[in-house]
Amino acid sequence: MSRIILEIKDFSMVFGGLRAVDHVNIHINDGEIVALIGPNGAGKTTLFNCVTGVYKPSEGDIAVSNPESKVIRTNGMKPNNITELGLARTFQNIRLFSSMTALENVMIGRHPKLQAGIFGAIFRDKSTRTEEKQVVEDSLVILKKLGLKQYANEPASSLSYGAQRRLEIARAMATEPQLLLLDEPAAGMNPQETKELDDTITRIRDKEGITILLIEHDMSLVMSLSERIYVLDYGKLIAEGSPDEVKANPAVIKAYLGE
Amino acid sequence: MNKVLKEIRTSALSALWMMILTFPIIVIKVNTINMTVNWRWINLMWVGTGTFILSWLWRYLLDRKENGSGLKKTDTKESRRFSLHKSLNDKKMRIPVLSTLAVLVLVLPLLVNFYQVSIMTSALIFVILGLGLNIVIGYGGLLHLGYAAFYAMGAYSYGLMYLYWGIPFWVALPLGAVSGAVFGLLIGFPVLRLRGDYLAIVTLAFGEIARLVLENLSGFTKGPEGIAQIPRPGFITKLSLQGATIYLFYICIALVLFTIFVMRRIEDSRIGRALEAMSEDDIAAQSMGIDLTKAKLTTFALGAIWAGMAGVLLAAKTTYINPGSFTLMESVMILVAVVLGGTGSIPGVILGAFLVTLIPEYFRALSDYRMLMFGVALVVMSIFRPQGIIPRVRKHYIVGEDQS
Repeated sequence: MSRIILEIKDFSMVFGGLRAVDHVNIHINDGEIVALIGPNGAGKTTLFNCVTGVYKPSEGDIAVSNPESKVIRTNGMKPNNITELGLARTFQNIRLFSSMTALENVMIGRHPKLQAGIFGAIFRDKSTRTEEKQVVEDSLVILKKLGLKQYANEPASSLSYGAQRRLEIARAMATEPQLLLLDEPAAGMNPQETKELDDTITRIRDKEGITILLIEHDMSLVMSLSERIYVLDYGKLIAEGSPDEVKANPAVIKAYLGE
Repeated sequence: MNKVLKEIRTSALSALWMMILTFPIIVIKVNTINMTVNWRWINLMWVGTGTFILSWLWRYLLDRKENGSGLKKTDTKESRRFSLHKSLNDKKMRIPVLSTLAVLVLVLPLLVNFYQVSIMTSALIFVILGLGLNIVIGYGGLLHLGYAAFYAMGAYSYGLMYLYWGIPFWVALPLGAVSGAVFGLLIGFPVLRLRGDYLAIVTLAFGEIARLVLENLSGFTKGPEGIAQIPRPGFITKLSLQGATIYLFYICIALVLFTIFVMRRIEDSRIGRALEAMSEDDIAAQSMGIDLTKAKLTTFALGAIWAGMAGVLLAAKTTYINPGSFTLMESVMILVAVVLGGTGSIPGVILGAFLVTLIPEYFRALSDYRMLMFGVALVVMSIFRPQGIIPRVRKHYIVGEDQS
C-alpha cells in the first residue's frame, strides 16, 4: 500500500445556507491518477479551492503528507504555503498572467524554489545571477516537456486555447509539486488536443512521478486516463471506484441522466 | 451633406447645453453696491462658439482614434517626440546621448540663474517621489492615495531629528528612508486584505490621518506652525544660499540616478516578477507560491523608502516644513505625474513628474486655472492615451532558438 498524499476527512463547505460540499471523504495515493466528476454545480471546484487554500473549509480535515510521510493539516493555510507543501493547481477559467510571455509565466511558477531577495535584486551578486540564469533554463525545460518551447517568447494571451491550458499545467509543474490538481484541463479543446492532453498527463505521472487529481467533464478522457473516480452530486459523494465500477453504478447514471 | 447637417446639430446641442450650464456664472453679474444686475450677453456668445468648435474637434479626434486612421500619424509623431527615449534603447546611440545629457545636467547650474536651479531641484524631488509611487502602483498594482504621508514622514524625521538632536543632513537622509519604510510597513499591515477601490479609500484616509496627527501633536511636531530653520546640507563648511542650492541640485541628480538604477534592477528580478504577477492576478500568483503578504509589504516599504528620502530633500531645500505641504492634493499630484507619464514606465514617470512641477512653475500667470487644466489633461489622456505619454515597455525574457 503506497503512501496517502492527500486525505480529506468528513469535509464540508458551507456558503451561507448552501452546503456546497457535504461530508466528503476522499483520499489520494502516491502515483495515482484520480478523477473527480459530477454534474455542474456539484461542488468539485469548491473542493479544489478548499484543498488549495483559496477557501477555508467549514468542517472537517484536509491533510497533506510530504515525501517524508509527515502528515500536515492544511485547513486555513494560505495558498502559497500549501503550494510549498507540493500541491499545484490549474484553473477552470484560465488564469495565466496574460501580459507575460509563456516563459515568464513558468518563471513565476519557479518563484518558491528561488532564494534571491531584495538585496540580491539590487546588488545582483553572483549567486543571484546564476540563479536567474538557472531559472530561465529550468523554465525552458518545463516548456519543452509540454511541447510549448516554440511559444516561449509569445505573450500568454496570444496562445491558442489548448496551448494556454497546457501552459497552465507547465506553470503548475514549475513549482515541483507532488500532487497536481487539474481543473477541467480539456475544456474547450478539440478531440485531437484532448488526445494529446491524455498522453501528456500520463507522461507527467509516469516520467515525473507526479500524482494527479483532475476534474473533467469529458468522459472519454476521464475513463481512459483515471485509475479511480470520485463522483460528486449536490455536494455529496455518491460513488467511488474504478472507471468500470462507476460506469455501472446506478446512482451515477441517475445523477447524470435523471430517472 | 446629410452628415454635415448632423454634425452641426450635435455641436449646436452641445453648445446650447454648455450655454445653459454656464449661464449663471458667466452672464449674470450682480453689482452689490448699486443693487443692479449686469447682463453680459456677449460672454454667452463666446462660450457658445467655443463649445461648438471644440465639440466638433473632439468628435473628429474620437472618430480618428476609433477608425485607427490616425494611427500612422501618431506613430511618426511619437518617434519624433520621444527620439530621446528611443535612442537610449539603441545600443550604439546610448553612450553619446547619455554623455551629452550628463554634461548638460552638470553644467546646468552654471548656465541658468539661481531661480531655475531651485525649480529644477523641486522637479527632481518630484521625480524621486513619482518613481517611488510607481513601485506601488506600476509594479505592485496597488492604488495608493496617501503617498504624501510617507513624504511627510521623511521630511518630519529630518525636521524633528534636527530640532531635538541636531542631526545633520547626511545622517538624516538614510534615517528618513528607514522611517519611510517603517511607516510603509505600518500602513501595509492593516490594508493587506484590501484591494482596488477599498485599498484606495483606506490609504487616502491614512494619508489624511498622518497629516492631522502632525498638525495636532503640537507639543512634539510644533503643529501647524511647522519647523523652521532646518539647515541645508553643508559641504565641508557651511555653504552660501546659492552654493547650497546648487549642491542640493547635484545631490538630487545623484539620488535620481540611484533611484532609476534600483528601479531597473528591481523590475528585472525575482521580486519584480512576483510583484508583476501579483498585480495581474493575485489568486493565481498566490497559487504559484507567491506570499502575497510579503509581496504587498515589500511593495509598500520599497515605495515608502523613496518618499522618505524625497521628504528629507524637501526639508533641506525649503528649510521649513509644515503639515500643509503634505495634503491630499500632494498625493494626487504625484499620482497624476505617474498616470500622465505612463504607469510603470520609468522614463514616463520622469517626464510626468517634470510636467507636473514645471508647467505650473512656468505658467504662474495661469495659476488660477491650474486644476482645471490638470482635469482636462487627465480626461483627454484617459480617452486618447490611457497608457500614459510614454507607455511602459515591459522587458521580456527572450530566449534564442539555439538554447535548449
